[in-house]
Amino acid sequence: MPAVPTSYYLGLSGVLFTIGMIGVLIKRNPIVIFMCIELMLNAVNLSFIALGRHFGHMAGQMMVIFVMAIAAAEVAIGLGIIVAIFRTKETINIDEINLLKY
Amino acid sequence: MSLVWLIPGLPLIGFLFHAFLGKSIVKSMGEANGKKTIGAIATGLVFASLLISVLVFLDLMKLAPGDQRQYVSLLPGGGRIPWISIGSLHVYYMGIIDPLSLLMCFIVTGVGGVIHLYATGYMADDKDYPRFFTYFNLFIFFMLMLVLSENILLMFVGWEGVGLCSYLLISFWFEDVENSKAGNKAFIVNRIGDLGFSIGVMTIFAVFGTLSFYTPQGTGFLDMAAKGITPHGILSVGAATLIALLLFMGACGKSAQFPLYVWLPDAMAGPTPVSALIHAATMVTAGVVMITRVSPLIVHSPVAMMVIACVGVFTAFYAATIALTQNDIKKVLAYSTVSQLGYMFLGCGVGAFAAGMFHVTTHAFFKGLLFLGAGSVIHAMSGEQDMRKMGGLKDRIPVTFWTMVCAWLAISGIPPFAGFWSKDEILGSATGYPQYGMELYAVGLFTALLTAFYMTRLMMKTFWTKPRFKDEELGAHSSHGSDDSHSHDGKHQGVHESPPSMLISLVILAILSVIGGLVGIPGHNLFDKFLGPSVASYPLKEGMPVPIGMLLGTACGAVGIAVCVIMYNRRQETGDLLSPKEKASNALYKGSLNLWYVDSAYYKIFVTEGGKVAEFIWQGIDRALIDGIVNFVAGLLGFLSELFRRFQTGYIRAYAFVMLAGVVAVVISVLWPFLRHLHI
Repeated sequence: MPAVPTSYYLGLSGVLFTIGMIGVLIKRNPIVIFMCIELMLNAVNLSFIALGRHFGHMAGQMMVIFVMAIAAAEVAIGLGIIVAIFRTKETINIDEINLLKY
Repeated sequence: MSLVWLIPGLPLIGFLFHAFLGKSIVKSMGEANGKKTIGAIATGLVFASLLISVLVFLDLMKLAPGDQRQYVSLLPGGGRIPWISIGSLHVYYMGIIDPLSLLMCFIVTGVGGVIHLYATGYMADDKDYPRFFTYFNLFIFFMLMLVLSENILLMFVGWEGVGLCSYLLISFWFEDVENSKAGNKAFIVNRIGDLGFSIGVMTIFAVFGTLSFYTPQGTGFLDMAAKGITPHGILSVGAATLIALLLFMGACGKSAQFPLYVWLPDAMAGPTPVSALIHAATMVTAGVVMITRVSPLIVHSPVAMMVIACVGVFTAFYAATIALTQNDIKKVLAYSTVSQLGYMFLGCGVGAFAAGMFHVTTHAFFKGLLFLGAGSVIHAMSGEQDMRKMGGLKDRIPVTFWTMVCAWLAISGIPPFAGFWSKDEILGSATGYPQYGMELYAVGLFTALLTAFYMTRLMMKTFWTKPRFKDEELGAHSSHGSDDSHSHDGKHQGVHESPPSMLISLVILAILSVIGGLVGIPGHNLFDKFLGPSVASYPLKEGMPVPIGMLLGTACGAVGIAVCVIMYNRRQETGDLLSPKEKASNALYKGSLNLWYVDSAYYKIFVTEGGKVAEFIWQGIDRALIDGIVNFVAGLLGFLSELFRRFQTGYIRAYAFVMLAGVVAVVISVLWPFLRHLHI
């Protein structure tokens, strides 16, 4: 079975990253934004693994483990913040959380 | 000699004691006892300084005249301890003990102690008693620093210190805004003189590279000046003239010489003991002391000496003409002080520095006495200072009267009273001065006549002519215009003699005014001989023969007194020589009464017009220009911030988008070299 060329993986990674980024930019619900961020992270993970295989190097897979661990921590903190914001402001609409506005 | 540091040290201890404990003593010991304690400590410490001065004097007199310049530390424990040590500038806490500094120590602590004693009685009713003696002791400390210091910078510290005390004491009764203004005037006018002094100090350092007067190694600037050298060669006349004139400018301010004399008459706003101690006996003579101290330098500049002599004799004459018509008893004495200070500078200017210092000494006695006597008169009159409302006090306050008579004869130049000998020596020296000596002498002699006249006028108006007041009215007038209206609790009714502490002081000074001049009799001039090691000698020509000079001097004094007595005897009732109509039409009288319009001219030029300049600098330069630049920069930044704050929209996606754009830009710029070769 012929191997899938590395460029395909990179292309898929770029598409996923772009979708995630657009989601971050246009969505108002922080939960969805979080999911989009996860998508972006995973797009990067994919490219790491693909390139790791391409060059026959362990560093790509190692990096992915780090990214996944940090992503998990980030989600835990982020969701905690969102819950706290909801308790004080009774909303999680991202456009209404603008205390640092001019 | 090892005790010298105590001479200024004891008054300093007194100052600290009164400053920190004075009020609590009055509180804890009760009003009367507390005041007594404070007065006793203040007075006792000054007399203790006098005692130490005497001991030091006895030590010094054992030495040969050539050795009569001892270098002593002004700090306890001794040692040559530096105050400032920068580069080649070294200033030490050192003092010089020589006849000049010891003479001034005697005057400051002796006359000062007597006036302290007087003040314990005079100020007894004042609520700020501790504060008064705090300042008084501090003044004695600074004055002693001034006269004892080994270098001109430490002298300058004392110089400024006595100025500070003068300011504090002139405006002692600061609730009255006029007193505060008088204090400000004294302080500000003195600043003008001090500008000259401080530039003079710098010039000395520039020329000689040292600020010490004398050093044991002979490297002090006066050591060098006496030899006519500087570290770089010969001392030029130009440099000596510059330094001498700058220092004289300082002396003009402190010693109230024309044109900077205007503060002294206003300084009479202070309590009378202050006028006696600071503005008659000691501080105002600091200029003469300083000029005498640097006399080895002064004698190198004939120009400066001529200037000093001319300013001195002109001031003497000019102030005497004003004193002729003043009605406030203290104002007469104030202008008289200015006039007598002029004599002292005339003495310095013609090279008779010892004679100038002799007049400082006798003047401290008789003018201190005159002020204390005036204070006693004012006390007797319950605060009245206007001589037009006095008269006939001769038998009412006999002790004050008889002591005043001693001072009056002394200042009028009647032998054998103190003032005669010193004034005569100055005038006699003037006749030997190479340029215009006789002219200086003539003006000085005529001034002596005026002096006798205005002092007799003061005595006539106060003591001899018919009373122009009613006893019941005394103390009833408002305090406005009389500076010595210290609180009277009603126990004194009518004219009353002063308490014993004041009378003792009067008597001591009266004795000194009578016999004080006998140390300087021509032919047996112990005073000049004593002062010899401290002052430069200046070769004077053979002047007028001494007996003729003495005869003329006595004649002038006698004529002045006689004319005045005759004129006032014809006006016993009114005690006024001119009728109101004559006063209004007599230009000379009006000019003299209005101080020859100098004060009002100064006010117009410096306060009104100068105020406009200051107003322009404030509004035009400070507020419009400097503040304008600062505010423009601030406004510009505010405007730019207003623009850029719009970026803080509060929308997270906006931030994310900018970040994205930034990342894309960075990535593209990093990859640009590769992308260029893709040829897409």
